[in-house]
Amino acid sequence: MSMNVVTLLYLVASICFIQALKGLSHPTGARRGNVFGMVGMAIAAVTTVALIANLRGAGGGLALIGGGVIVGGGIGTFIARRVQMTKMPELVAAMHSLVGLAAVFIAIVAVAEPWAFGITEQGAALPRGNRLELFIGTFVGAITFSGSVIAFGKLSGKFRSAPIVFRGQHWLNLVLALAMFAFGIWFFVTQEWTPFILMAALAFIIGALIIIPIGGADMPVVISMLNSYSGWAAAGIGFSLNNSMLIVAGSLVGSSGAILSYIMCKAMNRSFINVLLGGFGQEGGMVAAGTEQKPYRSGSSDDAAFLMANAESVIIVPGYGLAVSRAQHALKELTEKLGAKGVNVRYAIHPVAGRMPGHMNVLLAEAEIPYDQVFEMEDINNDFQSTDVVLVVGANDVVNPAAKTPGSAIFGMPILEAHKARTVIVNKRSMATGYAGLDNELFYLEKTMMVFGDAKKALEDMVKALE
Amino acid sequence: MEQINPTVINLVIFVLAIYVGYHVVWTVTPALHTPLMSVTNAISAIIIVGAMLAAGATDSTLGKGIGLLAVTLAAVNVFGGFLVTQRMLEMFKKKERPAAEKKQ
Repeated sequence: MSMNVVTLLYLVASICFIQALKGLSHPTGARRGNVFGMVGMAIAAVTTVALIANLRGAGGGLALIGGGVIVGGGIGTFIARRVQMTKMPELVAAMHSLVGLAAVFIAIVAVAEPWAFGITEQGAALPRGNRLELFIGTFVGAITFSGSVIAFGKLSGKFRSAPIVFRGQHWLNLVLALAMFAFGIWFFVTQEWTPFILMAALAFIIGALIIIPIGGADMPVVISMLNSYSGWAAAGIGFSLNNSMLIVAGSLVGSSGAILSYIMCKAMNRSFINVLLGGFGQEGGMVAAGTEQKPYRSGSSDDAAFLMANAESVIIVPGYGLAVSRAQHALKELTEKLGAKGVNVRYAIHPVAGRMPGHMNVLLAEAEIPYDQVFEMEDINNDFQSTDVVLVVGANDVVNPAAKTPGSAIFGMPILEAHKARTVIVNKRSMATGYAGLDNELFYLEKTMMVFGDAKKALEDMVKALE
Repeated sequence: MEQINPTVINLVIFVLAIYVGYHVVWTVTPALHTPLMSVTNAISAIIIVGAMLAAGATDSTLGKGIGLLAVTLAAVNVFGGFLVTQRMLEMFKKKERPAAEKKQ
């Protein structure tokens, strides 16, 4: 198989990947898009196997590849079947780390035997350009790996998700980064192993250090950013191996992750740098610091059920608290019961509801809530003022009207305008503040009724009350 | 005429691919951002191409061993990524109704 044919087949695979992304513009075309993605991957893999068979004959190398694909594929299939939808952020973080590590491994082999990839003649040194590209591919891969491991640990609760900050943290990161570049330049000049290994080791450390100061609720940004990095790592390796397939696929992923990071930052009205510097919301979860106890109204699940049953329209605002108590199915029952009574029930999703972009939509879809009842913030925000009842379940900052008050820590953050509805029902465990550590004025409004308790229990009680 | 440096050709491909990626990803509906992430995860496992070359085209034990590891890691992502995306998208399908209103 000539390299020309190989490259053309890679082109076909690249088009398939673009189709896979394009399919996601609407739920109806998405599955076909995913099939395109699989076909693209199959074309790329088979082409590469054929290329190797052509170069080396059908020897031991292919058996190794087959073994790796079977073992890895088996593990991947098992995980994909078993994973719970609430655990998607962890899964995605774990998978990013694998791409990062694989990139580092490939870079090591490329330094050891560049001729295997056709970059140089047998025994020759690497061209300068490829050294630079290998350096970039390696450090991006290493940062992706260790950063994703930390993100995975925080998301799965294996490490504390609170930000870890210490004095001189940013200076330490800067010094390490400069040292890493210095070793990178040393490698670029000499192509020796010592600077390569030191550079990779420093990159692993930096990857961990840049994620530890970032707190739990900023995870949507972190996970999108690592998504982007994993793409850039693949593209970097593609440059060093002169492989167009890796460059195209890597860039698609890299730009996708970058856009998602941007959307997430915007939804929190925070700059990317601000998220990266970390330490935000350390006082999160503590009881509001306000000295005087403001009055609020609390009610039972029965009261809430009564209010909703007599309403014409209800908008439900689900937050991460809903996912934590696994109340999606109870919520679906509630929706059906209300629907049967002729109440128009819709869902309003804030872009940062959940722990990764679009997480809440998947959780609701899993609970078999029809996606045409689920609305994005921009599409539903104008409807709150004409809505009878808003039910907020396990959300806080995303409905805090303080975002409209200049000087507030969350000023400017786009919110769901729940406070404009005629009646607001808020289900929460307690009056504790959300991630931003702010008191929520919404809870003290005259039209607001607080229903305390675990979301699942409270929703199930509402369902019972409706029967 | 002088030969074009391969890095320059790579750069052309790179920039155009980012351009395409940028425009295509903006069309993705926010409701499907999680599947977008898992599918891009699977696509970034395209690195398996490099891993296969590392495992299959090298001579040293080091190259083959590390290449094999890389193939295995990437394969987890290829299968895991596409299959979990499929699983999620099936969930969006189940609830498909002939609804009047389909605002995205």
